[in-house]
Amino acid sequence: MDTDDKMFTRRTLLAGFGVAALGALAFQRSMLDREPVPQRAPGTGRLPNPTVFTHEGKAVKFYDDLIRDKVVAISMTYAQCTATCPATMGNLIRVQDMLGERIGRDVFMYSITLFPEVDTPRVLKQYAEKFGVKPGWTFLTGAPSDIESLRFALGFYDLDPAVDAIRTQHANMIRIGNAAYDRWTMSPGLVRPELIVSTINHVDRSVVHTAHIPATA
Amino acid sequence: MSTQDIVDTSGTAPVCPGRRTFLKGSVATVAAPMILAPRKSEAQAVVLPPSPPVVPWAIELPPEANLLQPVAALDPPPLAWANVAAGECGRDDHPRFGQLYVNPVFYELRARENPDWVFNPAYPPQPVWGWLGSDGQVTAPGPTIFARYGRPVIARIYNELPQDHIGFGSPEISTHLHNAHNPSESDGFPGDFFSPLKAGPNLTVPGQWRDHFWPNVYAGIEQFGGIGDPREALGTCFYHDHNLDFTAPNVLKGQIGFYLIYDWLDSGNERDNSRSALRLPSPPYDYPILLQDMRFDVNGMQSYDQLSPEGILGDMVAVNGKIQPVLRVARRKYRLRVVNGGPSRFYFLHIVNAASVQQPFIRIATDGNLLPRPLHNHRKIEIAPAERADIVIDFSVYPIGTELYLIDRQIQLDTRGPDGVSLAGRQLLKIIVDREPPEADVSRVPLLLRGLPTISAAELASAPVRSFAFDRTNGQWSINNQLFDVENPSVVVQKGSYEIWELVNPSGGWHHPIHIHLEEGRLLSMVNIETGVQIPIPPENQGRRDVYVLPPNTSMRIFVRFRDWQGKYVMHCHNLVHEDHAMMLRFDITA
Ligand SMILES: [Cu+2]
Repeated sequence: MDTDDKMFTRRTLLAGFGVAALGALAFQRSMLDREPVPQRAPGTGRLPNPTVFTHEGKAVKFYDDLIRDKVVAISMTYAQCTATCPATMGNLIRVQDMLGERIGRDVFMYSITLFPEVDTPRVLKQYAEKFGVKPGWTFLTGAPSDIESLRFALGFYDLDPAVDAIRTQHANMIRIGNAAYDRWTMSPGLVRPELIVSTINHVDRSVVHTAHIPATA
Repeated sequence: MSTQDIVDTSGTAPVCPGRRTFLKGSVATVAAPMILAPRKSEAQAVVLPPSPPVVPWAIELPPEANLLQPVAALDPPPLAWANVAAGECGRDDHPRFGQLYVNPVFYELRARENPDWVFNPAYPPQPVWGWLGSDGQVTAPGPTIFARYGRPVIARIYNELPQDHIGFGSPEISTHLHNAHNPSESDGFPGDFFSPLKAGPNLTVPGQWRDHFWPNVYAGIEQFGGIGDPREALGTCFYHDHNLDFTAPNVLKGQIGFYLIYDWLDSGNERDNSRSALRLPSPPYDYPILLQDMRFDVNGMQSYDQLSPEGILGDMVAVNGKIQPVLRVARRKYRLRVVNGGPSRFYFLHIVNAASVQQPFIRIATDGNLLPRPLHNHRKIEIAPAERADIVIDFSVYPIGTELYLIDRQIQLDTRGPDGVSLAGRQLLKIIVDREPPEADVSRVPLLLRGLPTISAAELASAPVRSFAFDRTNGQWSINNQLFDVENPSVVVQKGSYEIWELVNPSGGWHHPIHIHLEEGRLLSMVNIETGVQIPIPPENQGRRDVYVLPPNTSMRIFVRFRDWQGKYVMHCHNLVHEDHAMMLRFDITA
């Protein structure tokens, strides 16, 4: 398991969720060959903190550099789409526009690839450029086992292994949270983008009116 | 059951969705990337360690319901419109205020943190989000309100939760009075959440408080005049938070309490001289019991997995906020109102003696309402999240010192639904018969309780049928392949109309207790959609309902009316984890 795991709340006490306990429990459900085994830390206190790579080619620590103290909207995606791309991405473009200047200042958007084997930083950069992604929205890839750990830790999974194996399924949820307050929720990716913004506004304490109010200019 | 109580289904014109709808796979494929099929997933959800052991029978429940006393007046006085200048959040106007705001009863409900709640002596005192009671204590569940039909209530609900809270739970609230026939702006619509800092998407401005206008009228005030149709009376209601996306954690933290409604029939007085009064066991022998499944970390602190798509199944069951408590009772009849407060556990309950022998009781109510007739010699209660069961049990048959246990035999492995029934079960509550009642027990359970409202064959035949498939679309909950939109209705129905709603659960593994706001309906039929075979409905579930439990691969037809109030309401899964993952639909009532 990732020894870089960090607490993400000060409240949470980690004493019992030690490596041994997790290891012992992990194989209960596992009938799969695994080498190395990515672990999902229980959502009672930790997100993994692996090194991941941005579409700009920068190596960053996932929790320390991207999540800590921030309001975030995290999706999973894939760049290998020539004919049809994940519909959620189209929605997120509109979310980016609606958030305007808040992006990269108050709200940070991340899209983690579901296919780190092929989505290199260079591929993700082309993909981001194709979509007109602006600063404040970062695409991420990394070692497959690290990405798999992140996928589970963030809740982009299905308990049924057969369903879970359809990786493209996981491109339809947005994990939304305020890490400073350890407050997490989600939005379906395919709702009206106004509703995604509204969910972000719900956890962003600086926003009074949760509904997205379009700028009138 | 008299003939007019029986729903005649012979005149129904069934309109079924195509078989294809039922059989559609729950896994829809979306644009697949052009690479090799992914290898088997290497990761798995780590199973959380179980909650640490508790000390059984070390904590006593209060001998009677913790009553919230009304206040003489509210300052400033309630208004039909939002008193934003005085700190009320920006809600819609109370409708029919001029007509129904007569001789009101005022309550103040203050949502507050109690930093030192003890679930069990084995666990450290810890914060909960309860409600301030008349005794100055903040409890979770909150104090019980005794309401009466015909006496409108204004509940001024203050949000005094810590707005800088860190951890699970979100400190905005929208308090729903579950099961009650209330106007939309007072219903606790999910998008009406408020705090001093925040206004939900359906409110105009934030606020410190909100007035909820709970007129305590029966459904059917336009149809029947006065305060409506007494056959639509509700008894066991509960208030709970409905904050959009955060209902499960907020309710787990304590945003829940009982609201019991009495009337001339179920009068709450076993010594009532009125010939019409049922004289069921009455307070303090009318006792509500709330069950909540909870999880605690290795340090004994309540935990909740905010990041799991399936939530977390509690392995401890809090009974009125205490784990394995004791209830001392007098040797006489009691009315116990058992409420499944969720978020996700189903229960298969018995009351057993020390030798594990199941004890008989009389089932008198399901969900909010009395049954037409009592069901004698019942020995089990099966309730899904949000379902309720009132029973009358006679402790006078036991000698002083007898110990009985409320046990749960349901086997449930995850939040998806029950997985079977165990032989032994586990003890949730110890009941000790420890005293003679101070006065003779004059309560009774008459042969007839409350008759059902009539549904005519003509109404059944003319009711439009709407079908709702509760499914998964691209890995997300959906209803008829639509995702929840809190700002726009998916369904619009005309006030005063009635419909048959067909609720369909085609997705394999999940049980969904579906709750419809505004009015109770009637379950007409239930079918296995794979075999087409009718599923028998047990007698306790044949009356009025506000929760319709859909096991996997079933479809049910319900008859429901939409009377008296206009505006926005919701239908949703009351597995609170599903609700928070948008398994919800907004329906609006128009003029
Ligand atoms: Cu459900």
